[in-house]
Amino acid sequence: MAKKAFVFVLLAVTFFANLQTAAVFAQEKTPVTDDDVNEVARQLYCPVCENISLDVCPTQACEQWRSLIREKLEAGWTTEQINSYFATQYGDRVLAEPPKKGINWLVYILPPAMIIAGAVLLARTITRLRAPKKNIASVSRTADTSGDKYLTRVEEELKKRKG
Amino acid sequence: MTQPSPIEPLEIESKSSAPTAVFVFVGVILLAFLGFLYMGLQRSQQGPVKVGDPMPPIVLTTFDGDPIDTSAEKGKVVLVNFWASWCKPCESEAAALQEAWEYYQPGGQVLFIGVDYVDTEPEALESLEKYSITYPNGPDLGTKISQMFRITGVPETFIIDRDGNLAYIQIGPFGSTDQIKSLIDPLLQ
Repeated sequence: MAKKAFVFVLLAVTFFANLQTAAVFAQEKTPVTDDDVNEVARQLYCPVCENISLDVCPTQACEQWRSLIREKLEAGWTTEQINSYFATQYGDRVLAEPPKKGINWLVYILPPAMIIAGAVLLARTITRLRAPKKNIASVSRTADTSGDKYLTRVEEELKKRKG
Repeated sequence: MTQPSPIEPLEIESKSSAPTAVFVFVGVILLAFLGFLYMGLQRSQQGPVKVGDPMPPIVLTTFDGDPIDTSAEKGKVVLVNFWASWCKPCESEAAALQEAWEYYQPGGQVLFIGVDYVDTEPEALESLEKYSITYPNGPDLGTKISQMFRITGVPETFIIDRDGNLAYIQIGPFGSTDQIKSLIDPLLQ
């Protein structure tokens, strides 16, 4: 009987000990390094001091935002989720890369379009420069001289001399 | 009279339509981009809102989750205070604002709204608790409200009269509760 009770107590202790361990594991946060935080912070800009990315911004506000990024990463958020959260809270201007929507598309379309147009223009110019120039004499020979009697006479004289 | 040699037809270079289409396309995009830049420049050069300007309604959800819409508070004087937990001068006026709110709240004629500008919520809540702020406060999501008021920094406070027109702009912190009262009281008469 005592043996049974001992086994029961042992099982109970093991069970509760396992429960405790599981609870501890559940509370554990994802380990996050400074590099992880800076990796995300680099993609965001300080909303107060413009044109300074969050990873190098020295202000108190930026320190708070970096702490926020750390908290979110520890909670298992992805970079995209954090970026989206920051954009919702502080506006799209905090994003280093503008979201591909609305007027922002111009940022993505315009540079390649300009490069393509430039390349086409360059190709056309080179083709024109390489093309052989037409003989001016041949052009003038084909000119309409019927209206000019002096020119007609000159041409007649030339033909006579050639003939 | 000899006949002149027949005129040879002039060779006209046949241009392919593809490059023209590319240029038109790039031109349209470039124009759109310039238009966009122009609009942005115009907006940035608008300057701050002016006293007497009619103010659009403020829609905000407080940290407690309560919605606020000033269009439903017509006839009240509205004080809108932009602040942030990282803003040191904001701390100096917090007590004065709270004291003024406690003075006006029972009358129900004045509404105070705290707009938390680009801040982190835990620190913002900490600040509200530290200075025992009880008037409605909420985050300026997407900086939409601050853009609407074209604020230049924090703290900045805007007082809107009963008709919904801007009555006063305070750039920087208030010096005292009396200063706030001296600005609101005339609007209640």
